[in-house]
Amino acid sequence: MAALSTSDVAVEPAVVDLSFTGVRELNAALHAPDVADKASAWRVTSPAGRHSIAVGLDAEVDVRIEGHVGYYCAGMNQLATVTVEGNAGVGVAENMMSGTVRVRGNASQSAGATAHGGLLVVEGSASARCGISMKGVDIVVGGDVGHMSAFMGQAGRLVVCGDAGDALGDSVYEARIYVAGAVKSLGADCVEKEVRPEHLAELAGLLHAAGIDADATSFRRYGSARRLYNFHVDNASAY
Amino acid sequence: MLRESATFDRATIAEIQRAAETGIYDIRGGGAKRRVPHFDDLLFLGASMSRYPLEGYRERCDTDVVLGDRHATYPLHLSTPVTIAGMSFGALSGRAKEALGRGASEVGTSTTTGDGGMTPEERGQSKHLVYQYLPSRYGMNPDHLRAADAIEVVLGQGAKPGGGGMLLGQKITERVAGMRTLPMGVDQRSACRHPDWTGPDDLEIKIGELREITDWEKPIYVKIGASRTYYDVKLAAKAGADVIVLDGMQGGTAATQDVFIEHVGIPTLAALPQAVQALQEEGLHRQVQLVVSGGIRNGADVAKCMALGADAVAIGTAALVALGDNSPHLDEEYRALGSAAGFYDDWQAGRDPAGITTQDDELAARLDPVAGGRRLANLIRVMTMEAQVIARACGKAHLHSLEPEDLVALTIEAAAMARVPLAGTSWIPGQGGL
Repeated sequence: MAALSTSDVAVEPAVVDLSFTGVRELNAALHAPDVADKASAWRVTSPAGRHSIAVGLDAEVDVRIEGHVGYYCAGMNQLATVTVEGNAGVGVAENMMSGTVRVRGNASQSAGATAHGGLLVVEGSASARCGISMKGVDIVVGGDVGHMSAFMGQAGRLVVCGDAGDALGDSVYEARIYVAGAVKSLGADCVEKEVRPEHLAELAGLLHAAGIDADATSFRRYGSARRLYNFHVDNASAY
Repeated sequence: MLRESATFDRATIAEIQRAAETGIYDIRGGGAKRRVPHFDDLLFLGASMSRYPLEGYRERCDTDVVLGDRHATYPLHLSTPVTIAGMSFGALSGRAKEALGRGASEVGTSTTTGDGGMTPEERGQSKHLVYQYLPSRYGMNPDHLRAADAIEVVLGQGAKPGGGGMLLGQKITERVAGMRTLPMGVDQRSACRHPDWTGPDDLEIKIGELREITDWEKPIYVKIGASRTYYDVKLAAKAGADVIVLDGMQGGTAATQDVFIEHVGIPTLAALPQAVQALQEEGLHRQVQLVVSGGIRNGADVAKCMALGADAVAIGTAALVALGDNSPHLDEEYRALGSAAGFYDDWQAGRDPAGITTQDDELAARLDPVAGGRRLANLIRVMTMEAQVIARACGKAHLHSLEPEDLVALTIEAAAMARVPLAGTSWIPGQGGL
């Protein structure tokens, strides 16, 4: 399979059809030091659920993927804006550092796992472990999230406009969680907290950034009770 | 006459009393302390009539090794097969990490990061730096991934296969907390499973992602703690690993429950032949390189690992001892902490008088990274020369030419595990013969 040449991508948006071009060639082109000079906008067609599409980007480019993607789409993203016009497989935007990733459909497990920064928007629902070990990312989910979401969440905000599954925020550190719908159960050391004016402002800002029309006052806030930060024998049953 | 119980000996009684008093399990550093079959239970058959030895100091015996040439554009070319195992900044001081980098680079070998990410001290001083990709992803940064010379996907370690990392609050200083995005002073619990993949099929996809992010330039290692080694190695190799790092139960940890260290996992000696068999059956032995760690202390251990089929070894505890851990001149200070030189294992506590396993600035300042690096380089040189001495005596012009046929075992257990004959016989327990 031939590598992408400059002439392939000279016209904006550059179009890469994954029916004819490999993921390797696409990613290599997106990793080029002068990628933003060649084309700041990219269209990727026929993704057909392939894995590792648009991973490791580190430039201010706009990548629009027209279809469903497999595992780790936009993994470790920095600076780029990646839009999936479909559903996303496991670990979309995992360990993202900055930029924006938007999934028009639903996302599978571990969406935004361990991500340090940036904004992940899932317009549909996200499966289990959404925001697991999140380290600073903002995640806004238009629908529901599955069980163990924000597990061990260290920093950042998770906004759920629908319902949350079992064990929300289990062993959470300093991540903040907002849920508009029902929470099936809270995980170890996760408690409901007061929604103060600063939280309403924060939430409204996140919903606005995500382009989701929802009433911030309808959300409830959850976070760490900080009872498990240091081991104590009286808490042994919670570990 | 007083008679001590073999079942309830004094150490056992003391531990029961301690548990009853505190309500918490014992946490310590280091690896398994119990006696297990090890490389000391093997001997080399030096050349005589039936084999020609090589002349020491005159005939070459090479020690170089290439790691990760299966898929990576830039595999590691090391001068010695003795590498430095993964140890985190956080568990170790920044100066200790710098010393490891200095020593390793001086002798042309690699160092490895740990939980918590890459520090400038380590990257700056390490010519060959392996970047660990751990379940916690503390400090995981794609820029560091790209700045590394190889990537090591950590599934487990020998001291605690199946367990996650641990770093107690006294070592979560402002810098460590910042690197790991944690509140200062928390007792950090690391996840034991990766957050975005489960099982070998997923691992193959994850390795593919890491290759894509780094444009297929870096070797991808997979590290496993020794337990179901035969199957784990097969699955890791099939998932696409370039290098497999196998860590036996004597491998050290910065902080883990004593019960975990002593009772989970298998000895390095038992695991190594299983790993080699798995690679051989896949037709990948020497194509997927095997790095062995867990109780490697001297050149004899290195040579024995090579003879059993390893491509390289990694040292952790021995490297820390070279830097100055458990030094006799600190005995008085160790005793003030309730320990003694030669016994100190409270690496979790952050009060290390040697300034190695600490985040206390005053204690850390005690370690001179230049002098420490020099001592580590000396140790690796000695280990390499010792292995060469043995290889030459067996008539081998490269450490990798050593083979199981060069070995016999002193005990039935070691013979069965290493799959070499009991000394003076042709009997390999479990494999028939006389």
